[in-house]
Amino acid sequence: MNTADRMKIPRQAMPEQEPQERSHNFQEVNLGLATEAARLEAERCLRCRNAKCVTGCPVGVNIPHFMEAVAEGDLNRAADILFESNVLPGITGRVCPQEIQCEAQCIRGKKSTSAAVGYLERFVADWARENRPDQLVPPPSTGKRVAVVGGGPAGLTCAGELAKKGHQVTVFEAMHKPGGVLVYGIPEFRLPKAIVDAEVDKLRRMGVRIVCDVVVGQTYTIRDLLDEEGFHAVFIANGAGLPIFQGIPGEQLKGVYSANEYLTRVNLMGAFRFPANDTPVIRAPQIAVVGGGNVAMDAVRTARRLGADPATLIYRRSREEMPARAEEVKHAEQEGVVFDMLCSPVEILGTEDGWVRAVRCQRMELGEPDASGRRSPVPIAGSEFEIPCQVFIEAIGTRANPLITQTTPELKTNKWGYIEIDANNMTSIPGVFAGGDIVRGAATVILAMGDGKRTAAAINTYLAK
Amino acid sequence: MFVIREAEWLAPQVRWLVVDAPRIAARHRPGHFVILRVVEDGERIPLTVARSDSQEGTITLVVQVVGATTDRLCRLEAGEAIANIAGPLGRPTQIENFGHVVLVGGGVGTAVIYPQALGLKACGNRITAVIGGRSKPYVILEEELGRTCDAVLPCTDDGSHGYHGFVTGKLQELIADTANPVHAVLTAGPVPMMRAVANVTRGPGIHTIASLNPIMVDGTGMCGGCRVQVGGKMMFACVHGPEFDAHQVNFDELSDRLTAYRDQEKVAWDHFREQADPGHICKLAVLQ
Repeated sequence: MNTADRMKIPRQAMPEQEPQERSHNFQEVNLGLATEAARLEAERCLRCRNAKCVTGCPVGVNIPHFMEAVAEGDLNRAADILFESNVLPGITGRVCPQEIQCEAQCIRGKKSTSAAVGYLERFVADWARENRPDQLVPPPSTGKRVAVVGGGPAGLTCAGELAKKGHQVTVFEAMHKPGGVLVYGIPEFRLPKAIVDAEVDKLRRMGVRIVCDVVVGQTYTIRDLLDEEGFHAVFIANGAGLPIFQGIPGEQLKGVYSANEYLTRVNLMGAFRFPANDTPVIRAPQIAVVGGGNVAMDAVRTARRLGADPATLIYRRSREEMPARAEEVKHAEQEGVVFDMLCSPVEILGTEDGWVRAVRCQRMELGEPDASGRRSPVPIAGSEFEIPCQVFIEAIGTRANPLITQTTPELKTNKWGYIEIDANNMTSIPGVFAGGDIVRGAATVILAMGDGKRTAAAINTYLAK
Repeated sequence: MFVIREAEWLAPQVRWLVVDAPRIAARHRPGHFVILRVVEDGERIPLTVARSDSQEGTITLVVQVVGATTDRLCRLEAGEAIANIAGPLGRPTQIENFGHVVLVGGGVGTAVIYPQALGLKACGNRITAVIGGRSKPYVILEEELGRTCDAVLPCTDDGSHGYHGFVTGKLQELIADTANPVHAVLTAGPVPMMRAVANVTRGPGIHTIASLNPIMVDGTGMCGGCRVQVGGKMMFACVHGPEFDAHQVNFDELSDRLTAYRDQEKVAWDHFREQADPGHICKLAVLQ
């Protein structure tokens, strides 16, 4: 097929559950491309020799080769190409912000729409999970033991990559279930937990040992892992830490949640199935969420599914500045989430018996660009108004988790408490590496995975010495 | 899975569980707690570790039946298992030589002061334990504390055992005894009791530490559900506590936040009992 023909093929649409229906259930929104649509989409790739898309991928998947294999219908080969660079493609195909990574670099995007790399990644990962037996040939053991602290995206990726090299890997997970943000944070309707479970099981079959209920920093210190438990290297990827609250009056009222707590109750603990599951979550007719990132979108769309009408998203800048993935914003809007932009909460108002009844906000306007390059919001005097709600959720970010650093004083941190690393992702303690949110602050799944992958390579080199 | 070695009733609706948890036992210090989940799909709840034995690899939990999860847990017998236990969590009690320390425990809060007594005694303190309960059967760990403390003073609301009245009445007597000054007070129990203890020691300016018991989910600082106001600042009990300067704690707020799930807790408990005891007629339902 020549380039002109490829350019004629329109971008294939992702089949979705109808917004009306899905705003009342927790099943996945995106249904996945059909085989023929996937093949057609793969033909849209121009097979650039100097493929920019690969540079946009934090784990460096060879996208043109992958696209070619899909177009030829050789899904086995496509899966091989994918797994070579990415141990969790079923997850990244669903949650990566492709529009600012691979797809942003796609040359097609300059003229029309980019090739839908994310849709195809998901398509091939799902096909492989259902249709092909493991291709995993365990490499000869190196006899080296590596402890991975945290079973989230960074930790799991690092574990998978190290297992490929024949190292004996143990992942220590603080919760009762591995997956980190993939299971406690990202909702079922965006990333079904069965997919996370399947990807984790694959790691187990690769020889990765996963031990839950171990809170490193408390159950073991980093020193214990090196000196007493006999690990040759440690990768710290314990993730995001304490949720930030805005510090406005009323945050101790009943019905105020951090997004982390709200999502953990619903996702990890299954509170949407209460009382079949024991963990409750407060259900309210009106819920407001403050924040503009993916976590805020997840929280507000979850609130919508638990019956909130309206479920309102409050953000202090405008739509254009929102850091959330474009698809999440679109989906939220389709599902009836009310967007209240250029608006900032100043106080949470309560009833006499201590429950949230409304949030008092002020209108903002955009002023000069701030340090992040985004135009900073400035309050408009006299613009205060109330948004009635009985649950108020704050999704404005997290601070560093202190559990490991406070019991490992020799671990160097920056002034915000995040762990400092060198060019090889090694911390101030020899043999101890770190990556993901505990290094970079709250970021995305794929950036954490990129850290996991790069650190695995660095650990591999370190262990060979 | 964490297998139960011993299960006994310590008081009405209060269970003593010795559980195999070697990793936790090896690291446990006074003041630490654990988060457990009894079964798959169960709730995560925080519980104090009353005792640990690193040789045996066991921890001891003292649990009062107050809802679905604790009811489920207290029905387990030796040989059965708890799905998940994570810990030890929280910061340990600050153990130092204060001189004369009074430990004030109410109900199952007495299980919190028991390891504190062991730690503080080993550090050379003289220890008086004031332990309260509704009536005699509800006063727990008196004998165990007696083996460590210099004095154990039980108190009951109905006068059926020891001092007739609240633990704070006894505490006031101790403070009034100027021949034996009290240098520090550590307290654990129901919020109204801890608030009352803090009020008693505030005037004389006695260093007082309270072990708080807010609602928690993960126990690792991730959710912020356990936030409490201490000295006007927001603290997370799971990673900054659970022990705080009692004179700085906003107990009214803690007490109110503990009621956030009262309705759901009742629903969950009814749901559990319908399954666990078919034919059970909930007395609460009849009363309504």
